[in-house]
Amino acid sequence: MKPARYLPRKLTLPAIAAAFVALSQTAHAHIEKGEVGGFASGFKHPWSGADHIVAMLAVGIWGAQLGAPAIWLLPVAFPMVMAMGGFMGLVGIPLPGVEIGIALSALLLGAMVCGEVRPKLAVAVVLVGIFGLFHGHAHGTELPPGQSGLLYSLGFVIATGTLHAVGISLGLVHHWRAGKLALRGAGAVISVMGAVFLWQALR
Amino acid sequence: MSFSSKQKLAAAGVAVALALSPSAARAHLVTTGLGPVYDGIGHFMLSLDDVLPVIALALFAGLRGPAPGRHALFTLPLAWLAGGMTGLLAGNPPVFPITSFSFLVLGGLVAADLSLPSVVVTLLTILLGLMHGFLNGAAFRQAGSDALLELLGVMATLFVLVALFAALVLSLRRPWTRIVVRVAGSWIAATGLLLLGWSLHKTG
Repeated sequence: MKPARYLPRKLTLPAIAAAFVALSQTAHAHIEKGEVGGFASGFKHPWSGADHIVAMLAVGIWGAQLGAPAIWLLPVAFPMVMAMGGFMGLVGIPLPGVEIGIALSALLLGAMVCGEVRPKLAVAVVLVGIFGLFHGHAHGTELPPGQSGLLYSLGFVIATGTLHAVGISLGLVHHWRAGKLALRGAGAVISVMGAVFLWQALR
Repeated sequence: MSFSSKQKLAAAGVAVALALSPSAARAHLVTTGLGPVYDGIGHFMLSLDDVLPVIALALFAGLRGPAPGRHALFTLPLAWLAGGMTGLLAGNPPVFPITSFSFLVLGGLVAADLSLPSVVVTLLTILLGLMHGFLNGAAFRQAGSDALLELLGVMATLFVLVALFAALVLSLRRPWTRIVVRVAGSWIAATGLLLLGWSLHKTG
């Protein structure tokens, strides 16, 4: 049976936009700058460094290359492991060689994408999880003071998930021959970037 | 009249976006000018630290099937009322980071899609209602407002939220749509973990 539609397709987006505009009026009556800054700065934080961005994208692309169940296991597990790293950073539990770990994540995850490496699922999850700890820890120790913890955390997690989703979406071109080659090329680029980050971290 | 899974997920996405949109506002008591019942509704809907655990619970109840969803529909508002009354009488909210643990536990359960008996889901529902209701009651007491009517507004909102989200999950048929729900759970749990770290960071 064809699904019913309450609104014509052309009116859906304008209706959503109108709802946002209407609601923002209510919210503005209670706005406090620190709270807005909390969500915005949390959302921006994972996008703040190329090393974070390429590693997150590589996780998504690699998941798409590996297919089910990795394609859904990695996005479910990664935010939680990364949050664990953030928790460690926040409460002051040290993690040695964070910058080196982040650089290695780009280098190795890029290499995995480039080589279309297919390890056992557990190996892939552990590898990605360890790198997630480094990324989360770096974010946890770089938190700006005076922000709203809840909104900052929400923004941070949503942005991380969005980066994964972008990576997975890019990885879906894996179904085409040219797409496979393009992804492997992208993996090589990410790996080279990781090597540069590593050089900078060790310098 | 039926909706496709994509339409249902799009509706859920819009609902979450709308819930986040006014979240710029603080979780303080809201004066709508429409009376205490609407003030209670406004207060609840602008308090993400209450809304998100309730959504997580509704998602989990929906994942577990119709019976836990139906039970949550009635037990959560009643437990919330009981907790709220206690908060009104007891006064000061506890220092213990209840919100972080609610996010962590309920989000984690959704992410893991853990198969728990219906009675355990109901117990979790009661626990959530009592704890967060207590916080609500304590906040209403401090504000010196018409707390009982405000709690009534919160109860009505809880009923609607649980009905919407549990029914949404129950209606999902394709396997990948359940994965989307689990990803949402993992995001809520991750937020709870960071929130816990944040509260320890501030108090440490």
